[in-house]
Amino acid sequence: MKLIVKVLCTIGLFSLLSIGKANAQVGKPFIHDPSTIAECDGKYYTFGTFGGGLISEDGWTWNVGGVRPGGGAAPDVLKIGDRYLIVYGATGGGLAGGHNGTILTMWNKSLDPKSPDFKYSEPIKVASSDGIEDNDAIDPGLLLDPTDGRLWLSYGTYFGYIRLVELDPKTGKRVEGNKALNIAIDCEASDLLYREGWYYLLGTHGTCCDGPNSTYNIVVGRSRKVTGPYLDNMGRDMLKGGGKMVVSAGDRLIGPGHFGRIVVGDGIEKMSCHYEADLDQSGRSILGIRPLLWKNGWPVAGDNFKEGTYEIESERRGYALELRVDFTRMPGGMRFNRNTDEPVKPVPSQELADVIKSWPAGNIAVRINDYMFRPHQRWTISQVPGAGGYLGGPYYKIVIAGTDRALAATPEAELVTVPTFTGALEQLWRIDQLTDGTYRIMPKVALNSKEQLALVSSGDSTPTLARFDMNSDNSKWNFRAH
Amino acid sequence: MNIKRSALLLVAVVAILSGLRSQGQSVNSGKADVITENDTSRSITPFFIPATASKKAPNAEGFIQRWLLLEPINKSIRSNLVFTDNYLKTQFETDYFPNQFTVIPKNGEKVNVGQQELLWHALESPNFNVKLFRFAYGLRKQTYAVLFWAVTIVNSPREIKNVRLAVGSNGGSMWWLNGKEALILDGDRRMVMDDCVSTRLALNKGKNIIRGAVINGPGLSDFCVRLLDEKGASINDLTITLQ
Repeated sequence: MKLIVKVLCTIGLFSLLSIGKANAQVGKPFIHDPSTIAECDGKYYTFGTFGGGLISEDGWTWNVGGVRPGGGAAPDVLKIGDRYLIVYGATGGGLAGGHNGTILTMWNKSLDPKSPDFKYSEPIKVASSDGIEDNDAIDPGLLLDPTDGRLWLSYGTYFGYIRLVELDPKTGKRVEGNKALNIAIDCEASDLLYREGWYYLLGTHGTCCDGPNSTYNIVVGRSRKVTGPYLDNMGRDMLKGGGKMVVSAGDRLIGPGHFGRIVVGDGIEKMSCHYEADLDQSGRSILGIRPLLWKNGWPVAGDNFKEGTYEIESERRGYALELRVDFTRMPGGMRFNRNTDEPVKPVPSQELADVIKSWPAGNIAVRINDYMFRPHQRWTISQVPGAGGYLGGPYYKIVIAGTDRALAATPEAELVTVPTFTGALEQLWRIDQLTDGTYRIMPKVALNSKEQLALVSSGDSTPTLARFDMNSDNSKWNFRAH
Repeated sequence: MNIKRSALLLVAVVAILSGLRSQGQSVNSGKADVITENDTSRSITPFFIPATASKKAPNAEGFIQRWLLLEPINKSIRSNLVFTDNYLKTQFETDYFPNQFTVIPKNGEKVNVGQQELLWHALESPNFNVKLFRFAYGLRKQTYAVLFWAVTIVNSPREIKNVRLAVGSNGGSMWWLNGKEALILDGDRRMVMDDCVSTRLALNKGKNIIRGAVINGPGLSDFCVRLLDEKGASINDLTITLQ
């Protein structure tokens, strides 16, 4: 028994010290220049250069299967009404040795090749470059302005200017008489978004298409008008090369480019991109999905959740989720009036072996309390292989570090820990980083509840499951490794 | 996606060409770019106008628009990712033509670099940046895998201390003020205003010579240069001459 406890403690200590890698998508998510992820009939789609694309049933596992005719490069997709507008660069970008590019749009009622509604309309030319001018008509990005319903298209590469034109949202054609505006230089893969009175222009800087040596990174400028000027946080115009970093390399993922924004729900946004090289997947170019955060009015990529051992801290008061077990004192007591010449030495932390024998063997309830980095407050969170996922993440199990005791939702929409993780649906957890950098934690299912519920503080010290409310700190949590 | 600017791996080229063929598009035989090759109307206008002797200050943001530019020296560059500090210093400290670190050339002056006979051009850019790609293109010179030299003279009405030379360049570049190295921009860079700035320097009262060299593989070469005061504001009360 003693040996087992020691092993458990060793595992716990190791997991406390180790924070895992934040994975990119799984399956065969190999793609270059992905379009913004679009949802159609419960599935997710993205299309890439040279045609084709990826499909995902859950947003986490991606495989080939998307169909986009026309070849060319770097498409984008936008749902308008009950149809999807697909836009792509037919040539350009040096593909034919030059920069005479053409941007085409086409419609489809469905993105599912198996759907009876799946049929692309004839492509329509909406923008072009003559091969000589300071522009290359490639890498289109779409924005349907939520303030007035106007449809905008940005396009261009490093070869001169990024340009903006207006399209008719009913036909996908260029608005008659519309003239292209220069809005940035030296970007690629531009994309526009609107949020709280600002228009944001995202662009990719750096070196493309050189695997692990690609220096691609995504920058942003913003404007009060869709037509610009787009300035960065230093007031530099993107027409003078300005741009504030949104995301660059990290976590063995190199060269993010081709930004796309997905609003999942209140307080939850994601960004899609590709990484030029995933060092854990043969250095191939792969699809990336990660949280999109907003800090001081600027978008910045969040980090996908990393497996590891954490304090789960409530945003409400700063207390920590813990097992409802008796507090076990550490050796020692009053420390006043000690001899200052006494040798100083480290005091060991309380270990799992010091306390686990005092814990009940069956289910144990949970509560929230001030954090003392005690074993009943440290949670190891890891992916559950084969359990599927959601847009940008897998389902996780949440267990007390060094044990298999797992957090679970109860039929009454409360919380409990069960002695052993079984993989039951109520023991699977979805973790999304919110736009303010905190996290939402949701069970895959909460029995007897038709609503999607989240982990919520109903009091400073009391957790429960309830509807998520982005406007309340009750619904928000932090993962702290310390 | 930017195929041309990046280091094109052979595999990528094959894949691209295969892709185009499968789309039924023509791939010109041996020519890098038929359209630009057949462009008979090439000119450096409107990107440049001839420099004059008229008094000229930096523009409102302090950017220097009057320059002596040497036609591009042809280089062999596989990838802009090779532009490390050491690579750039080796490239820029190579002797290409006599007195390259001291000469104030005249418009139309010729220099020989290897087999190339190159001319200096005294020009003004209407833009804040100097579009070297358009300079080379308009003169029907090699546009990619090239090295440019640029010289200008900044006349200051007084000595100014704690000045910083602020540069953005597409391609790697190196810059000297009054013969002393001021800054180097390494890597596969896009031109961004104030991308790199020098340590604190002093502008002499009277003439100051700014000399720069920009190297690029596949890329739309250009640069922008201005001087900043100790508070980071542009210095505009200067005159720019070329002799």
